[in-house]
Amino acid sequence: MDSIFLQILNGLDKGGAYALIALGLTLVFGTLGVVNFAHGAIFMLGSFCAVTTQNLLTYSKKVKDESITYFEAFKEVPYLEIWWGDTGSFIIDYKVPFSILLAIPVMLLIGLAMERGLIRHFYNRPHADQILVTFGLAIVIQEIVKSIYGANPIPVPAPAIVAGSASIGSWIGLGESVVYPWWRLIYLANALVVISAVFSFLKFTTYGMVVRAGMQDRETVGLLGIDIQRRFTVVFGMASVVVGIAGVMYTPILSPDYHMGMDFLVLSFVVVVVGGMGSLEGAVVAGFMLGVLQSFAAMNEIKSIFPGIDQIIVYLVAVIILLTRPRGLMGRKGVMED
Amino acid sequence: MDTISRKGELRMMALFAVIVLLMPIWLIPFGAAYPDLLQKFAIFGIFAVGFNILFGLTGYLSFGHAVFLGVGSYAAVWSFKLFTMNVIPAVIFGVLFSGIFAAVIGFVSLRRSGIYFSILTLAFAQMSYNLAYSVLTPITNGETGLQLRLHDLRMIDGLFIEAGEGLPLTNLFGIKMSGYPGFYFCAVLLILAFYLALRIKNSPFGMALKAIKSNQLRMGYTGFNTRPYLMSAFMISGMYAGLAGALLAVTDPLAGAERMQWTASGEVVLMTILGGVGTLFGPLLGAGLIKYFENIFSSYNDALLQETFSFLPDMLNNLMVGIISPFVGDGWHLTLGGLFMVIIIFLPGGIVGGITMVWRRYMKKRGASAEMEGETS
Amino acid sequence: MTTVLNVSGVNKRFGGLQALDNVNLKVEEGQTLAIIGPNGAGKSTLLNVCIGRLAPDSGSVEFHGETLIGKQPYEINQAGVARVFQTPEIFPELNLLENVMIPALSKRNGAFHFNIISRMREEKQIEADAISFLEEFGLQDQSDNEAGTLSRGDKRRLELAMCLVQKPKLLLLDEPTAGMSRHDTNTTIELLKKIKESGMTKVIIEHDMQVVFSLADKIVVLAQGAIIAGGTPDEIRNDPKVQEAYLGEEQV
Ligand SMILES: Nc1ncnc2c1ncn2[C@@H]1O[C@H](COP(=O)(O)OP(=O)(O)O)[C@@H](O)[C@H]1O
Ligand SMILES: [Mg+2]
Repeated sequence: MDSIFLQILNGLDKGGAYALIALGLTLVFGTLGVVNFAHGAIFMLGSFCAVTTQNLLTYSKKVKDESITYFEAFKEVPYLEIWWGDTGSFIIDYKVPFSILLAIPVMLLIGLAMERGLIRHFYNRPHADQILVTFGLAIVIQEIVKSIYGANPIPVPAPAIVAGSASIGSWIGLGESVVYPWWRLIYLANALVVISAVFSFLKFTTYGMVVRAGMQDRETVGLLGIDIQRRFTVVFGMASVVVGIAGVMYTPILSPDYHMGMDFLVLSFVVVVVGGMGSLEGAVVAGFMLGVLQSFAAMNEIKSIFPGIDQIIVYLVAVIILLTRPRGLMGRKGVMED
Repeated sequence: MDTISRKGELRMMALFAVIVLLMPIWLIPFGAAYPDLLQKFAIFGIFAVGFNILFGLTGYLSFGHAVFLGVGSYAAVWSFKLFTMNVIPAVIFGVLFSGIFAAVIGFVSLRRSGIYFSILTLAFAQMSYNLAYSVLTPITNGETGLQLRLHDLRMIDGLFIEAGEGLPLTNLFGIKMSGYPGFYFCAVLLILAFYLALRIKNSPFGMALKAIKSNQLRMGYTGFNTRPYLMSAFMISGMYAGLAGALLAVTDPLAGAERMQWTASGEVVLMTILGGVGTLFGPLLGAGLIKYFENIFSSYNDALLQETFSFLPDMLNNLMVGIISPFVGDGWHLTLGGLFMVIIIFLPGGIVGGITMVWRRYMKKRGASAEMEGETS
Repeated sequence: MTTVLNVSGVNKRFGGLQALDNVNLKVEEGQTLAIIGPNGAGKSTLLNVCIGRLAPDSGSVEFHGETLIGKQPYEINQAGVARVFQTPEIFPELNLLENVMIPALSKRNGAFHFNIISRMREEKQIEADAISFLEEFGLQDQSDNEAGTLSRGDKRRLELAMCLVQKPKLLLLDEPTAGMSRHDTNTTIELLKKIKESGMTKVIIEHDMQVVFSLADKIVVLAQGAIIAGGTPDEIRNDPKVQEAYLGEEQV
């Protein structure tokens, strides 16, 4: 019982990441009709916003290390600490939340630039072309990041205060042994907040309503004389911000490296397909579902029965869903049917 | 009709064979005439020509074709380990097993089309790749990759020859399959593979595939059962990939899971697109160019660049090196990604498509001016 | 006389819309049946049910006594039913000759034939067949052009040629003259008359009353999914119900 509960929790934070990435993918696909293989790369860029923030905040000066007396030693002390003392340390400790402040404008700009510069010209090209050009873009982004930050994963720890684990078990009466890392809990909460924000935006603002209408029937909305182009640009920017935040917040869980985007992209596409192409709700549900399934498949009890199942469970589910429910869990009729 | 006559076909094949077999000579000025690279040209040429049978003719974009490349390699290495170092059984096993894999994956994936098909093939590729690294380790030898061992069984060889010192070499009835003989073996298979692709393209079967690409709905109402057509194309194309994989093992007898990764699948897509989707020579050209530049670009480093531009004044030299160095060496993939984008944005028909377009325009202009002259005179 | 097509009790709903409401009709051998009715009456839907594009909710469709329901489109075509669509369904990237050769291949080789031995350009019989049909439709001059570049009217004629080259036992035509100039319409009517003389059985949906009355042996009138009248052209012309529902507006 405890372990089942834990596995569900374990799956939910990963599922949260899948859901956020898939949400952006679906938003772009549903409104713009573009299959964006570079979406994973944007996720990765989000993570590297956190890395950059960390690098900036910890920009250091070499000073003499007084604690070592028997020879002359130096240590690196961040300027922030030199200037502001404890306040500086505090800011450095909270780099991940702070980097969201950097990530939002940066990701928005990147998204807008991408839509204006490239994606826009592919609205009316075949899906194969869209896949291929964004695939190329993903490689380019990835390689640029690699040449700047190197190939190795860069750890970006969470603030010290949430470094430990929450004793969830004792909160809900499952015993002290059920503990769960704080940051994962925060990630889950963050995912839920962002998802709710996106849905509220789409549901309660007129802007969002037009976007939703555009997802249903692009041509008609275009005929109404609404400047669809501009809204598309905004949607793309929004999707980039969403996936960027997903990336920033994920850094304490998985140290970012340059190819993390592709790993997540493949999975997120599977999520989108399982949820149903063009269905936002489907993307969210399928994201969490696959995350949880994956964490169950990783249990030793299950692995001993089906060896290797943890490696393929997501793809297996996708294959089964695609064959039995061609439109996915919540897909609408008429989306990418041919 | 854009097909050629029997005579033209023969002439084309003869020319093609000459070009391929003489590569060790005419590639000398390009600095590409050494066996390792020549073998790669032929092998990846086969891979791309096969991929084009599926993507070029039917329009079905598989993002998991490297699986078959990997399966071909594994099957070939196992044939070396279990039976004989002779390459013929290895090639046969490679093609056979990749055919079986293609039958299974195709049976499932071809139930859907468009982007769903791409994602299904990608999902299968990732599954195979992950499994090859984990539970299938007894077959694939995991991260290390499958290699020959001194004490491999080699049942058939054991009957005839005494085991020598050191690892045995792959051979074709005694001819060592490394260096130039290895290249010629691959080249002959490339010529055969190309001829088969040519015949498929110009056959009623190939015509049906093109029609499926153009309007699958109409094909149904015209009385064609499209599924077995697609299935055949998928399997043939998978077997080409298997052949290429087996040849990789023939020229260098080891097989690793990274051969199945999606980046490898992406590479063959790029080769095909770069050269020209659906054209006969395009995929070959694409494969050749990419392997050539990969080889040249990735061998460059800053020191070599400094030397190359040493004729320039220091400042310019540093500038050139600064501009170029991110794109060579480890940065080769950056060049590749950029190239990918440029081709799709500006030249969707690839190099061959671009040349054809320019040629047609030129002919039209000439035709028009000839007509004008006719009128004035 | 033998009954070629027998539709009985066919119903089809799209959500809340009763697109076909207990439709019954028979087509005899050699007969030309015209289906008329206002836009949205369900005419195209009826043809879709006949060729296996849609499955009816209930009812049966029989072709020469064999049910077509549950059959794949290619099986229905192989049985001898060909259809011209309302929006032309051709192979836009292939040239006209290839467009017509492909259906001829399907007629000769069946639903699947793995033939990589022969060459398209050596299929002389098929090619000659295709050329003669292109000539008949006045398309021979464009036989090397891509079909996608044709005008809408030409596309439709090409599609007609693609169907006829198969020498179907039953030809279904969905508004074959829509989008054609008067002149092209007239040549098409002549063609359809010629086809009729050859004894081919046809179902034709048409808005142009001139076409309908000059071709049809029998007319049924569809409105809101149901057949409201049926009979010879003369009976239909004089049926007050029909005049009210359909002809009225046109004859003002
Ligand atoms: N696939 C479908 N899904 C939903 N409604 C449909 C579909 N096909 C046709 N309809 C509806 O059924 C009705 C009949 O359409 P149709 O048969 O095309 O009429 P027509 O007589 O003009 O050919 C129309 O109201 C149309 O909107
Ligand atoms: Mg209609």
